[in-house]
Amino acid sequence: MTSQPSLIMFGVFVGITLIVTYWASGQSTTSRGFYTAHRRIGGVQNGWAIAGDYMSAASFLGITGLVAFYGFDGFMYSVGWLVAYLTVLLLVAEQLRNTGKYTMADLISFRLRGRGVRAIAAVSTLAITLFYMIAQMVGSGLIVNLLLPRFPDYIAIGVVGVLMLVYVLFGGMLATTWVQIIKAGLLIATALALSLLVMGHFGFSMGAFLTAASKVPISGRPTNLLQPGLLYHGPLGAWNLISLGLALVLGTAGLPHILMRFFTVPTAKAARTSVAWAMVLVGAFYLTTSFMGLGAATIVGQDHIGKRMYAGQAIEYIAQHPDQQQRLNGQLVHDGFIVPVTNNNLAAPLLAGNLGGPLLIAFVAAVAFATILAVVAGLTITASSAFAHDIWFNLIRNGKGDETEHLFVARATAVAVGAAAIVLSIALRGFNVAFLVGLAFAVAASANVPVILLSLSWRRFSRGGAIAGMLSGLISSLILIAISPVAMGTHALFPLDNPGLVSIPIGLLGAVIGTLATPDPASEQMFDQLQVRATTGLGAEV
Amino acid sequence: MQHRQITPEQWDALAAEPEFRTLVATRRRFVVPATIFFVVYYFALPVSVGFAPQVMGRPAIGPLTWAYCFALSQFVMTWVLLALYLARARGFDLQAARIRHREAREVKT
Repeated sequence: MTSQPSLIMFGVFVGITLIVTYWASGQSTTSRGFYTAHRRIGGVQNGWAIAGDYMSAASFLGITGLVAFYGFDGFMYSVGWLVAYLTVLLLVAEQLRNTGKYTMADLISFRLRGRGVRAIAAVSTLAITLFYMIAQMVGSGLIVNLLLPRFPDYIAIGVVGVLMLVYVLFGGMLATTWVQIIKAGLLIATALALSLLVMGHFGFSMGAFLTAASKVPISGRPTNLLQPGLLYHGPLGAWNLISLGLALVLGTAGLPHILMRFFTVPTAKAARTSVAWAMVLVGAFYLTTSFMGLGAATIVGQDHIGKRMYAGQAIEYIAQHPDQQQRLNGQLVHDGFIVPVTNNNLAAPLLAGNLGGPLLIAFVAAVAFATILAVVAGLTITASSAFAHDIWFNLIRNGKGDETEHLFVARATAVAVGAAAIVLSIALRGFNVAFLVGLAFAVAASANVPVILLSLSWRRFSRGGAIAGMLSGLISSLILIAISPVAMGTHALFPLDNPGLVSIPIGLLGAVIGTLATPDPASEQMFDQLQVRATTGLGAEV
Repeated sequence: MQHRQITPEQWDALAAEPEFRTLVATRRRFVVPATIFFVVYYFALPVSVGFAPQVMGRPAIGPLTWAYCFALSQFVMTWVLLALYLARARGFDLQAARIRHREAREVKT
């Protein structure tokens, strides 16, 4: 595989986004401009940007790969991640826009005026964004490692880190938004084109496509990928599916980088428009994961999805691994290359290779890279707001300090977070990407969502309840993941891959018990005001 | 909206107004049933697929299984609920705007 076309296409994307950053650089001279682009992003634009923020490497490479290997069970991720937006639409987006300023902690501490509440909300934001960011950057290393074997993965991680910092430092939220919009357009166009090519391969006959997907040869046996149970089966399969569904459907409404996007629009109505656009775009994209995934399984074949070795390299590998000699020799004679270890993350790019040759593979690799870059930029600005606005400005400086100081701290935090993410990603690059994303969703669903929903709807909800809820959700989800099969393999102490089924009720229970144990008259008194603000938009930040 | 100082007493008075109570109640009458509906409809999928994979794995339309049909129907459900909410929300916006404008007049005088 030659790397030149990939690099050229990625270079074009970087060039365009740097021009956007230069154009945006005059706009982020205040903290309001830096975090929210002066709340002047239109509803439709923000919808594209949310879609761009949301469709991460885990969606594009991850789900396509899961569908290619496990069929229907992989598609369950797509369904959960779309339905999740109903929670955001109905329960969170507009109220958040009406009551918050820059961060999720603003909403939670609106009537729960404690330093502890804001501090824990900021810490959970930092934890979620960091896990999510490391997952994306490790993913970028994987793509490079597998598609451009001559480049070491730490260079890819470093390039992503530095570019993302350039967008955020110089262009703030405005540049980040446009990088996400451009990337969303590229990714959706790519996914639609690949789906059309798959259908074209089957003569645009849905029947032929589905028939092929219902008998895919897997290790010699025809397997029906349209049937459930290939990934989640046995006595725990159902509980795993339900637990995963709970984390996906609730988690999205607690992802700080998605919530922050609602502060960039002028009104609650524009916030609603943006969720609507995001739901249409994200839904269309998730539908294509079926075409791309089942297409990769039927056209490329599971045995061929993974890092490929050709000629001399292949012969050398076979000589070193005599136990696999028979299988790999057969592959070499038949295909001209070998795939010693399959890797489902490569399903989408290799499908592109089969359908459109090396140029399309290069394009898809460049799009995957752009995807990671845009998501990581959004995460950095979110982490920066949690530290600079919540911890530094509100807790350490008690709301004092001028714009220059605030902006300086925001930018310095972005650099620190970026540097930490680069170092951690290089250190953790052996980790499973899905594991890290799972951490982020589980923590968001268990620690943030119960507290966000209760703070908007329960008059008696108290400061003690918020602290107990966030801490119990945060700690229980982290512990359960650490002792789950994802982390401990077959010796796991906790049977489910995703902790949601247990940790979300624990977070909710913590919030309720904490509230009943510590009444909070000040918070009860503020409830009327919060309700009027959240519902009517009176007094909303402009 | 300009920055106006609304006192805590004024906020509480606003919250008690019949027009505001009606807005909260009509919003709730849509949001609560809609939320219950989508949660039940969504979790019916992992529950049915998880506990009855054989049944859900049978072909429904051509080779397409009941499980896949149900999963695809979730997309339709999500978009239909979105359209219904957008249509309803226009009414909420009008009511909210009326409350905001009246409040603005009262503060001025």
